[in-house]
This record gives sequence, C-alpha cells and structure tokens, in this order.
Amino acid sequence: MRYLPLLWAGLFRKKTRTILTLLSIVVAFALFGLLQAVEVAFESGADTADAKRLLTTARYSIIDPLPLSYLRRIEQTPGVVGVAHADWFGAKYQNESNAFPVFAVDPVRYLDMYPEFTIARAQREAFARTRTGAVAGKRLADRFGWKVGQKLPISSEIHPRTDGSLSWEFDLVGILDADDPAVRGNTDMVLINVGYFDEARQSGRGTTGWYIVRVADSTQARAISASTDALFLNSPNETKTQPEKEFALGFAKQIGDIGALVTRILIAVFFTILILTGNTMAQATRERIPELAILKTLGFSDAKVTALVLAEAGLLLAVGGSLGMGAAVAAMPALNGSTGGRFPPLFVGADTWALAAALAALVALCVGLPPALRANRLKIVTALAGH
Amino acid sequence: MSAATILVEIRSVTKVYQRGRQRIEVLHGIDLDIPSGDFVALMGPSGSGKTTLLNLIGGLDTPTAGRITVGGLRIDQLSGGELAAWRAAHVGFVFQFYNLLPALSAQRNVELPLLLTDLSGAERRRRARIALSLVGLEDRAAHKPRELSGGQEQRVAIARAIVSDPTLLVCDEPTGDLDRATADEVLRLVQMLNRDHGKTVVMVTHDPKAAEYTQRRVHLDKGTMTAEPVSA
Repeated sequence: MRYLPLLWAGLFRKKTRTILTLLSIVVAFALFGLLQAVEVAFESGADTADAKRLLTTARYSIIDPLPLSYLRRIEQTPGVVGVAHADWFGAKYQNESNAFPVFAVDPVRYLDMYPEFTIARAQREAFARTRTGAVAGKRLADRFGWKVGQKLPISSEIHPRTDGSLSWEFDLVGILDADDPAVRGNTDMVLINVGYFDEARQSGRGTTGWYIVRVADSTQARAISASTDALFLNSPNETKTQPEKEFALGFAKQIGDIGALVTRILIAVFFTILILTGNTMAQATRERIPELAILKTLGFSDAKVTALVLAEAGLLLAVGGSLGMGAAVAAMPALNGSTGGRFPPLFVGADTWALAAALAALVALCVGLPPALRANRLKIVTALAGH
Repeated sequence: MSAATILVEIRSVTKVYQRGRQRIEVLHGIDLDIPSGDFVALMGPSGSGKTTLLNLIGGLDTPTAGRITVGGLRIDQLSGGELAAWRAAHVGFVFQFYNLLPALSAQRNVELPLLLTDLSGAERRRRARIALSLVGLEDRAAHKPRELSGGQEQRVAIARAIVSDPTLLVCDEPTGDLDRATADEVLRLVQMLNRDHGKTVVMVTHDPKAAEYTQRRVHLDKGTMTAEPVSA
C-alpha cells in the first residue's frame, strides 16, 4: 500500500494516454464478461446435464415428432429405469417480446426425471391431477408477477386449438425452482399437462417432441442408446438417442459453435489490448528512465524498481479489468430483459471472474515484463547522464 | 564521529569505461581522504573525472580497481543490492537538474527515501515536513515540481537528500542551473547542513564562487588529482 501513491502518480503522469488505455482495457473486459456470459448460457444445459439421462429425438430433425406409443417400448429396454417425454409448445405472453419455452409433459414422469427441480409436494400433486394445470419456473413467475391459483393465458407459436385459435389458457398450480444456481438458470419455462394439451390441439395428437430416458448405469449409456435406436430402425419414425450433455452441446452448436466464436473474438480483442497496453507501458517507462534512475539512486534496489514497473501494469489491468467486468455485470439485467426469455439467462459467474483475474494477470505480465526488465538493467550513471 | 575521523578513504582508485572496443580510463589511481564533517569541493575542467569520482564516493558506480571505504565499510566490495541499501541509509544526493519526480508533490518527493524504511505513513509525513521546514519550504509541500521555481526545486531536492539523516551528502553541480542569488541561497543551505548538522559534504562544481563556501578544494585534471587548480 505504501507504494500505491507512487504507482498511481507514475501511471497518471500522462493522464490522457493512461485514461485512453484504461478505457480500452475496460471495453475489452466488458466484452469478455458479456461474451463469457453468452458462452456459459449456451453451455448451461450441458453443464447441468445428468450422465444417467439420455435424450431420444427423431433421427433426422429435432422438430419431427415421435409417436407417444414409443414410451412403453423404450421403457422395456434393458437398463432403462425411467422414461419421460416433452413437447415444444412455444409460447408468448401478453405480447410478442414476452416469449419463453413451454413444454407439454406428463407431470409425474417429467418431475421424477428432473429431481434437481424443486416444487412443493402439494403443488406437484395439483399439477398431476389438474388437466389444465401448469407450473412455472420461479424466475419467470417473478418476472411477470404470476401467483399460484391464477389463470395463465398464453398463445402458442405452433399449436392451434381444435377451434383454430392459438390462444390457450392454463391454471397455474405451482412454482418450480432449483437449489443449484446453474439449474435455476434453466427454470425460465412453463410446464403444461400433456393430457389436456394433446386432447385440445388441432393436429399432432398422439405424438411428442422427444423422450428423456433414465438409465441405471451411466457407463451403459451408449449401449442403451444404440439398443433404443435399434428398436425403431427402418420405421417411419427412426430415433436418435444420445447422452443429455451431448444433446445439449449439439443443440447449442446448431446455432453456431459459440465457444469457438467467443474464443476467436476474445483473442482478437486481447491481442489488440496487448499491443496497445504494451506500447503505453513501454513508452511510459522510456519517458521515465531518469526517474527510475533516481529511485535507484535513492536506494531502491533493481528488484524493487522492477517490481514497481510490473505493479504499474498490474494496477492498470486490475482497475481496467474490474471496471470492465463491473460494466458487464451491470449490463446483465438490461440484456436479460431485452431477450424476452428466448435466451437462457445471462450472468457473470465466479468462474468468469476468476478467468478475468487470470487473464488480467497474464496481460499485466506480458505488457509489464519487457519494460520491467529494462528498468532492472538500468545503470544509474548512464541513465542520469542522459540529462 | 570526531572531526579528525576519516569518513571517506579512497585508495588507488581507477575507473575504466568500455565503449565498444575503446577503453577509456577516466580515473587513474586516485588517493583521497575526506574527514567526517568536511565540506569538500571537487573541481576541475570538463572531462577531468570529478563526477565519476563523486559517483564512486556516493556508491552509484563501482571502481575498476582500488578501494573505497566509507565509514569503515568497503563499498567497492558490495553487491548491487547491498550498495542500494547502503545508499538509502547513508547518502543523500543533490543533482544539478534537481531530479524530482514531476508527478509527485514536494512532500511526496521528500518522502521517497523513507518508503524504504519501516516508518509508518504518519511518521514519514512528519519527517518530510521537518525536512521541508529545514529548507524553508513547508508552505510548498503540496506543490508539484512544475509549480516551483528552480531554487525551490533544488531546496526540495536537498530536503529529500537529508530526510533520512544520511552521514554523507554528495552534490553534483547543485547550483549549475541557478542564478547567482539563488545559487548563494542554496549554497548557504548546504553550508548550514555541514556546519550545524554535521553532514559531510562532497560537491562537484565548476564555479569558484560556489567553492568558496567549502572548507577544502580538490582539483582533478585528466583523471588525476593536482595540487593547483587547472584552468578550464
């Protein structure tokens, strides 16, 4: 702490230059925070995936329906201990921008399949017995101010009722939550009772979107996937079964390889920062050669002067990095609001902060080391003679 | 230390600089004793080696041959780190161009040598204020160097040189950048530090008027000591 005024004064010797450099670091780390949040959101399904869960979808396209009659046959596959199914409803609430996922499910099978979701026992039972029942994720319920017991008027994007109307109404009988924050991020959804949905929809009756299969032994997942798919080989509705994590990653990659995209953008951003900050540090040190020589004259050792120059780079990156990450965090509520729930919730997690700290330290080392070594090698007499 | 004690003992000191293939011997076997409490002027024409000798006495550089003992310690045998610690504890430096850190206030400039001690922040500030008041600049403590006159900057540099209470003050042309009146003020200040505070002062100067403030003059020419002044 005693050297902080000295470091600060050194950094802000050329205020405009330092502020501009600082701003570029702030922008770089804000981008880093935002893009990491996007990547984490895309991979959140994979991160919370259960190794004992498989997903069975239509072989050629996830949007092709599968017959509900497959349920019993999948259940009879050796090694399978539970099967649930879900169908994409696709919903909007009040206006176009309030879109969120709605899944038509068998309440008991689905909630048994996902024990990581928490729901009050009475609400779970109410969901199972209420044909028009629906349960909503807590984040979504909080966002729209929904209360258990109210009617939930939502319109489907793809499923008309028998009368041709896209407007549906359900009874909100429960709120779904999760103890794990990562899982809670996946609760921006509504579950509706498939019994009522399947009866009231105009087309596609007797089908579902996909099956979720629980196996007794995760090491047998691949073998069970193969034997499940073999059941329906050469049928009009062939299947593709894969572990949940693989499915989640594949689903995210249908939109694009977000991880690779984010990595490439960040490499470009940080490479620019490296050059910019490195140049600033080198220039700042070059201008201050006589001052560094004076510090050595006064008794600052070579190691101490080296550490001071490195610490200046560290301070610049720490301040810029913190401000940038802070800006990313501050932007999250607005960004989450603007996606209208179509996108998994964005957040800057502890892992992202840790990664940002490591990145800041690495950049500080890269940009601080060359001038620090120059300061280390500085000969007092030669440097002072430069006057 | 009594006045008769030798503080700085220089024996057969040679300094050679290597510039590419060229070998430049700047000092040739210098012998010099500086008693404690002395105020000595190193004089001589440009290139005579006086600043080189001053740098060796102040531990800013090391001799190629010979030995330098200050306060009983062979400083020519110290490592770079040891020499830095020794300078911090025992030597105050005053330069022609003041060499203050422009981004720091006068107070912070004076505090700089104390950063290397275990003193608390409050104690560092107190001692810096005392040093500034000793040079008559306590009211300029918050000013940056660019807000001070040349004479004031040099007085801040002197305050910085004495704040850690060193035994030895080495001054390289301390009045070379000042007008006559201001130079006299600065020299009186250095003289006061020598006379009233017992500092041993070694000062390089071209200026015979400045040399009049010292107790003794040592003349150098072409890297050797001479008995009489040599015209520049």
